[in-house]
Amino acid sequence: MTNPTAAALVLADGSVFEGEHIGATPAGGIAGGEVVFNTALSGYQEVLTDPSYAGQIVTFTYPHIGNYGTSAADNESTGMYARGVIVRDLARRHSSWRAEQSLDAFLQFHKLSGIAGVDTRRLTRLIRSNGAMPGAFGPTEGPGAVDISALTAAASAEPGTDGIDLVSTVTTAAPYSVAYRGDATARRIVAYDFGIKSTISWHLSGIGDVEIVPASTSAADVLARKPDGVFLSNGPGDPEMSPYASDAIRDLIGEVPIFGICLGHQLLSLAAGGRIEKLPFGHHGANHPVRDETTGKVEITSQNHNFAVVGESLSAVADVTHINLNDGVCEGMALRDAPAFSVQHHPEASPGPHDSAYLFGRFEQLMNDFNAKAGA
Amino acid sequence: MPRRDDIHTILVIGSGPIIIGQACEFDYSGTQACRVLKEEGYRVVLANSNPATIMTDPEFADATYIEPLDIAVLRKIIEKEKPDALLPTLGGQTALNLSMELVAAGVLEEHGVELIGARAESIDTAENRHKFKEAMIEIGMDVPRSGVAHTMEEAWEIVAEIGLPIVIRPAYILGGRGTGTAATKEEFKLAASNGIAASPINEILIEESIAGWKEFELEVMRDSKDNQVIVCSIENLDPMGTHTGDSITVAPIQTLTDVEYQDMRDAAFACLRRVGVETGGSNVQFAVEPTTGRRVIIEMNPRVSRSSALASKATGFPIAKIAAKLAVGYTLDEIPNDITKQTPASFEPVIDYVVTKIPRWAFEKFPGTSGKLGTSMQSVGEVMAIGRTFPESVQKACRSLEQGHEGLVSASGSAFDDLDDDELFRRCAIATPDRLFQVAEALRRGRTVDELYAHTMIDPWFLDQLSIVTEESEAIKGRTLASFSKAEMKRVKQLGFSDPQLAGLCDTTEEAVRTGRKALGVLPTFKTVDTCSAEFDAETPYHYSTYEDENEVHPSDRQSVMILGSGPNRIGQGIEFDYCCVHASFALQDAGFETIMVNCNPETVSTDYDTSDRLYFEPLTYEDVMNIIEVENPMGIIVSLGGQTPLKLADRLPQELVLGTSPASIDAAEDRDLWSSLCARLEIPQPAGGTATTVEGALAVAAKIGYPALVRPSYVLGGRGMEIVYDDESLTKAMEQMGVAGSLGKEGGLSAERPVLVDRFLEDATEVDVDALRDKTGACTIGGVMEHVEEAGVHSGDSACVLPPPNLTPATIAVIEDYTKRIAADLEVCGLINVQYAVKNGQVFVIEANPRASRTVPFVAKATGRPLAKVAARIMTGSTIAELEAEGLMPTGEIGDHWSVKEAVLPFNRFPETDALLGPEMRSTGEVMGIDMTPGLAFVKSQLAAGSQLKRGGVVFVSLSDRDKEAGLEVAKILAELGSTFVATAGTAALLRDAGLAVDKVVSKFYEDGENAVAMIERGEIDLVINTPRGRGARADGGYIRTAAAQSGVPLVTTVAAAAAAARGLRDWDDDKLVVRSLQSILGIS
Repeated sequence: MTNPTAAALVLADGSVFEGEHIGATPAGGIAGGEVVFNTALSGYQEVLTDPSYAGQIVTFTYPHIGNYGTSAADNESTGMYARGVIVRDLARRHSSWRAEQSLDAFLQFHKLSGIAGVDTRRLTRLIRSNGAMPGAFGPTEGPGAVDISALTAAASAEPGTDGIDLVSTVTTAAPYSVAYRGDATARRIVAYDFGIKSTISWHLSGIGDVEIVPASTSAADVLARKPDGVFLSNGPGDPEMSPYASDAIRDLIGEVPIFGICLGHQLLSLAAGGRIEKLPFGHHGANHPVRDETTGKVEITSQNHNFAVVGESLSAVADVTHINLNDGVCEGMALRDAPAFSVQHHPEASPGPHDSAYLFGRFEQLMNDFNAKAGA
Repeated sequence: MPRRDDIHTILVIGSGPIIIGQACEFDYSGTQACRVLKEEGYRVVLANSNPATIMTDPEFADATYIEPLDIAVLRKIIEKEKPDALLPTLGGQTALNLSMELVAAGVLEEHGVELIGARAESIDTAENRHKFKEAMIEIGMDVPRSGVAHTMEEAWEIVAEIGLPIVIRPAYILGGRGTGTAATKEEFKLAASNGIAASPINEILIEESIAGWKEFELEVMRDSKDNQVIVCSIENLDPMGTHTGDSITVAPIQTLTDVEYQDMRDAAFACLRRVGVETGGSNVQFAVEPTTGRRVIIEMNPRVSRSSALASKATGFPIAKIAAKLAVGYTLDEIPNDITKQTPASFEPVIDYVVTKIPRWAFEKFPGTSGKLGTSMQSVGEVMAIGRTFPESVQKACRSLEQGHEGLVSASGSAFDDLDDDELFRRCAIATPDRLFQVAEALRRGRTVDELYAHTMIDPWFLDQLSIVTEESEAIKGRTLASFSKAEMKRVKQLGFSDPQLAGLCDTTEEAVRTGRKALGVLPTFKTVDTCSAEFDAETPYHYSTYEDENEVHPSDRQSVMILGSGPNRIGQGIEFDYCCVHASFALQDAGFETIMVNCNPETVSTDYDTSDRLYFEPLTYEDVMNIIEVENPMGIIVSLGGQTPLKLADRLPQELVLGTSPASIDAAEDRDLWSSLCARLEIPQPAGGTATTVEGALAVAAKIGYPALVRPSYVLGGRGMEIVYDDESLTKAMEQMGVAGSLGKEGGLSAERPVLVDRFLEDATEVDVDALRDKTGACTIGGVMEHVEEAGVHSGDSACVLPPPNLTPATIAVIEDYTKRIAADLEVCGLINVQYAVKNGQVFVIEANPRASRTVPFVAKATGRPLAKVAARIMTGSTIAELEAEGLMPTGEIGDHWSVKEAVLPFNRFPETDALLGPEMRSTGEVMGIDMTPGLAFVKSQLAAGSQLKRGGVVFVSLSDRDKEAGLEVAKILAELGSTFVATAGTAALLRDAGLAVDKVVSKFYEDGENAVAMIERGEIDLVINTPRGRGARADGGYIRTAAAQSGVPLVTTVAAAAAAARGLRDWDDDKLVVRSLQSILGIS
C-alpha cells in the first residue's frame, strides 16, 4: 500500500493529535472549523452531507469509517458543508451492494479533507469536557506541508460557530418544489430552508406538495403561497444569528399550522418568546432517549445540537412535549394557543432510528384539524 | 409502571448443566436476575441442578433447589414454595422448555403461578418454526421462500417459482437422512427424488438456500409500554451455513449502511411486537443477500441467550439485569443506566471499539468427528476480544484462544506449511475451526480478497482487514527490531501484533521486543467500556488495552489484588474455575481489598463488570497480563484459581506478587521426579511409574512397571491425551500423538520440561478426590473427601462422585486425610490443594496432587457449606484458617446428614461418530448434583439431573464384559426385583438365565443377521442400557450400541460400578415420595 501522508490536528487549546491525511488536500494546506463529534455507528455519509454541520469538523467516534462506501441515494444535500472529517480508521476497501464509490473518493470529489489515525476517543473526551472547540488540521509532510505552529495559529484564528449567521451560507438561493409522492393532493407545504436535509423533503413530500423557500422569505411571501402548513427546517449554528427568520415565524404563528425540526424548533421557540442556551457539550448521536410527554413513550432519536431551548422560558405559551431522558433538556414543545409544534431531535433520522417518524403524521393531523376548523 | 407489588415470591429456573449450546452465560444472566429480584425485595426461589454456578450460591436466592430440572421436581418445588410468578426467560432453552411443559401440564394454573417476562403463546410463536414463519409473513416480512411437494411435478413447480439453489428436507425423518442441496437442475432432480423416497409420507420441504448470505443479529430489549431498544448489533464473519454459536462474530455491524441497518432495526421491533414478547431481551437473526441487499428474517429467541451475554459484555449494557427489572413491572425509562448512573436504560449503547468473538472447539476429544462446522453448534467455549479496530480485535481474540496462536498469522512458520496452495485454498471454502487461519495464510500466499470472497463468501471488508494484517506481517518479516521507528512500532501494535508474534517475525525474543518497544515509548493505553463512546462521563470499571494517545486508567491508592481468570471454556476447564475466581473476588472485596479481574471469556460471571472493582477484558498472555500489572500495580496476583491458564503464566510473573502456594511448589507437584521423591520421603505409596520424552523411553518405563499403564502429558487439564495402554503397540501410538506432529503437539508437545508420565494402572481401584486448605501457619483442614462411582481409569471429571464417601472405612478415610495433610505441608501449600488417590484392597495409593483449585471445589462447597475458594483467597492474602473460622467464613464441624452426588454430563449426542465411552481423557462439558438422604437416592437424582430418564422397571439391555459378569449379575438381580426385564446378547443372556433371571429376548451382534440391540434402542424399546466394555480393540458392537443409546436419549451406563449405584438408588427410589430440599435448609442457613 502507498505510504500515508502524515497529518496533524491542533485544537484552539493547543492539543495536538497526530494522524494521516485523507480526502482532498485542503486549500492552503489547512482545514479549519469547529471540532464536534458524532457517536452514530453508521451513517457517516448522511452526517457529512447534512447542512447543519456547516462550519464544523466532524469527528466520528466509531473507529471504522467508510466500510460500506457511499452512494448518491444517501446524500442529505447536494454539497458538503462540513469543513473536515476526523476518523480513527478509513476503510481501505469498502463493501456494499449499494456502494458507488469509496468514502475517500467521495471526499476528494467533494473537496473535503480529513485526518485519519487519530485517537478519536481522546479527542471526544476533550470536547466533552471543554465543549466544541475550534481546530485546524492539515498534512505535515509532502508538498504543501504545514507545521504545528501554522496549525496552532489557524486554530486560534478560527471563529467557531457562535455569533455567525451560518444559515445564510447554506440556504437555497431561490424557491424550488418537491412534488407530492402520492397520486394527487391538494395539500401544500411551504418549507423554510435553513439547511434542510433531503430526507426531510422526502418525508414532507409524503404528505403534500412541498415548496422549499430561502431562509430570508418573509411571512407575507409565505402566506401568499396559501400553504396548508409551514415547515421550519434544521440548520447550522446559533439560532439568534438569523433574527430575520424568527421575525417571519412570529408573523406566521396562528395563521397556519407550523412544524419545526432542530434549528426550526429553536427559531419557533424564539419567535414564541422563549430563550436559548448553549449546552455544555451538546447532543451528537443517534441513540438519545426522548420521552414524548403526551404519550409516555420513549423514542430513540438522532440528535445534533449544541444549542437548546430553555423549556421554562416557554411556560407561559407552550407545553414541553418531549424531553431528553439523559439530561432533561427540552426536545420538543407545542404552543397552546396556536397550531404550532416543534422538536429538537431529528424525526427524519438519516442517520438514526425511525422511532420519531410519527411526528410527520402529527404535522399532517395538525393541518387536517386546522383546515377542518377553518372550514367549519 | 413501577415495581409490581402484587407478587412476592418469584421462581427462577436455571439452565442446568453446561452443555454445548448452553454454557455459563446462563449463570451470568441468572445470577444477575436473582441479585436484582432480591434487591427489589422479592423472595427468590431458584431451581438449578448445576452446583458449579454462582447463582446457586445460597446467598443469591431465598430458597435454592439444586435438584433435577424436570417437571415432577418443579411441581414439588411449586407446591412447597408457592411462588406467585415464574420467570422463564433467563435459564436458556432448558428453562423455557420446562416452563412451557409446566403450562401445558396445567401446573402453573393449578397453583396460581403467573408466567412473567414472556407469555406462553409468544414462546410458542417464536419456538415453532412453522408458526414463526407464518407470523412473519403475516406482518409483511420476507422469509426464505419455500414450498411442500409430494411428487416430482409439484417439486418442479416449486423450484420454478423460487429458483436455485435450494435445500430439500424430507418430512418425518430422523437424523437428516435424505436432506440435500441443489444448485443445478440435475442436482435438483436427484435431490428431490431422493428426498421424496426418504420421507415415509413422501413429502419434502423445498426451501430457498441462503447459504453464503451475510448473517446479522440484533439484541433487542422491550418493555411493557412497547419501548424498544437495540442493545447491540452483531455481524457474523462466517456467512449463513455456520451456526451462529460456531461463527466468528463481530460487534457492531460493520458492512450495513445506515439505511439498511435502520430498516433491520424496525423489522426486529416489528418481530418482537408480533411474537408478543412483553418484556425482556430477545435476539433476532437476519440474513442479507450480499448482491441485492434482500433481507430475510431467520429466527428469534424470546429470551436471554448466548448472544445477549456477548452483547452485554460487548457494550456494558446488562441485559439480564434489565430484563429481570422489566419482568417485575419497570419500564426502560425508569431504570438507570448502570454505567453512566445519570442516564436511563432506555437508550441504545454506542461503542467506539470493535468486539470479536471466536468460538473454541474440542474436536480433538472426539475421534471420528469430521471437524466441519454446520448448522448444529459444536463449540464448547468462546473468547471475546476488544480492540479499537477489527485487526487489533481479531488478533487479540486469536491469542486469547490459548491454542498456540500468537495472533492471526503465525510468526514462526505456518501450521499449514504442509498444504500446497491449491489444497489450502480448497480448504478455505469449508467452515472448520482452522478456517480463519487458513484464510489468513491464503492471503499471505497471495490469494486476493476477490478470489477468497468468491470462494468463502466472507465479506470483502473482513477479508481486506485480514489482509492488512497479513501484508503487515510480510512487511515486517526479516526486519530487525532495531530498525523500527516509534511510529512503525505503534502502527504494528495498533494492528494487534503481539510481542511474541513480532519476536518471531524479527527473529528475536519476546523479552527483547518488550524491552525494545518500551524503550521506543510504545506503551499500551487502557480505554473504558462506557456504553456511550465517551459522550458522557462514566465511572465504569471496565477496560481494554489498545495503542493510542491517552490512557484512562490510573492505579488506585487502595490495596488491590489481581485475579487471573480461566480463559475460554474448554472440556476440563470450565465454569468451576470461573466460580472460584468470582468467589475470590467476592471474598477479597468483603475483606476490604480492591479486586482486579482479568479474563477473556464473555460467558462468565467473572467478566460481569459488577463482579470485581475493575475488569480487564484481555487475553491471558504474559504480555497482556504484564501490561495490566504495570498500570495497576497490585499488591498480589492470584494464579491458582483459574485452572491451568493462569498457572502457565505464574513462572514468568513477578514472583513476589504471586499469592499463595509458590509456583515452585506447583512445579514440584507436577514434576515427576520431584513428586516421586516427595512421596518416597513421606512414605506414601504411589503406583510405579516413570517419565519419558521419547517412544523408546516410554517403552523402557513400561517394561519396568508392566501393563496396563496410564500415560499422560504433564501440565494439562482434563486428562488431555491421557490413555490407558495395554501393550507396546498402543503405548507407541499414544506417544506419537503427544509428539510435535500429533494433535497434542500443537498444545506444546513433548520436551524435557514437559515429559510424558507413564504409570502402572491400578485396575478396579476406587478413586478418591480430596480438596483441602492449608494456611501460612501450617494449619490444614479437609474440605471434602469424594469417592468416585466409576473406578480408577475413568477421568475424575467424567466420573460421578459421592460425598461423603459411602464405601470407604473410617480407617481408610483417616489415612487419606493424613496423607493429604502431609503432602500439603511438604509442598508448603498456602491455599487449596486437590489430591487424588486410588484405593485397592484397602491400600491407599496417591495418584497426583495439584496445589490449586480443582474442578470439585464448587461441588464440595455446595455439599458441605464450606466456601473453599473464598477461604483460599483469604488464606492467600494472609488470613489463617483459625481467623476465618472465628470470622464465620469457614464453618466448623459437620453439616447435615445428607448425601451429595456429582455427575458429569457428556456431549456424545452432538458427536454421533464418537464412541460414548468413558475413559481417562475427560470429555464431559458440565456437571450436575443430586442431594438426598441416602447415597442411592442422591445418585438417582444426579442421573435425572444429567438428563437420564432412569426409572424403575422397564426393559434393560445388558451386555457385560467377562470380568464384569460377577458384579453385573448382582446389579441385574436388584433390577429384576424392581420389575425390570432383560434383553441381552447370547453370553450375558446365559449368565442371567443361569442365575434364574428371565431374559425376554436374546439379540444378535450388530453385524450379524437377526434382531439386534441397536435397532431396538432406536425403536425406543429399551429403557436402560448397561454395556461395559474392556480394554482396547476396534470399535465393535458395544460402540454402536452406546452410540445408539446416546443418540436416542436412552439411559446408558458403561461401568458396572455405576450400574450398581443406579440399581441401589432405584431400590430406594419412589416417584411418589420424591422430596425436594432447599440448599438453605440442608446446610442450616436461615
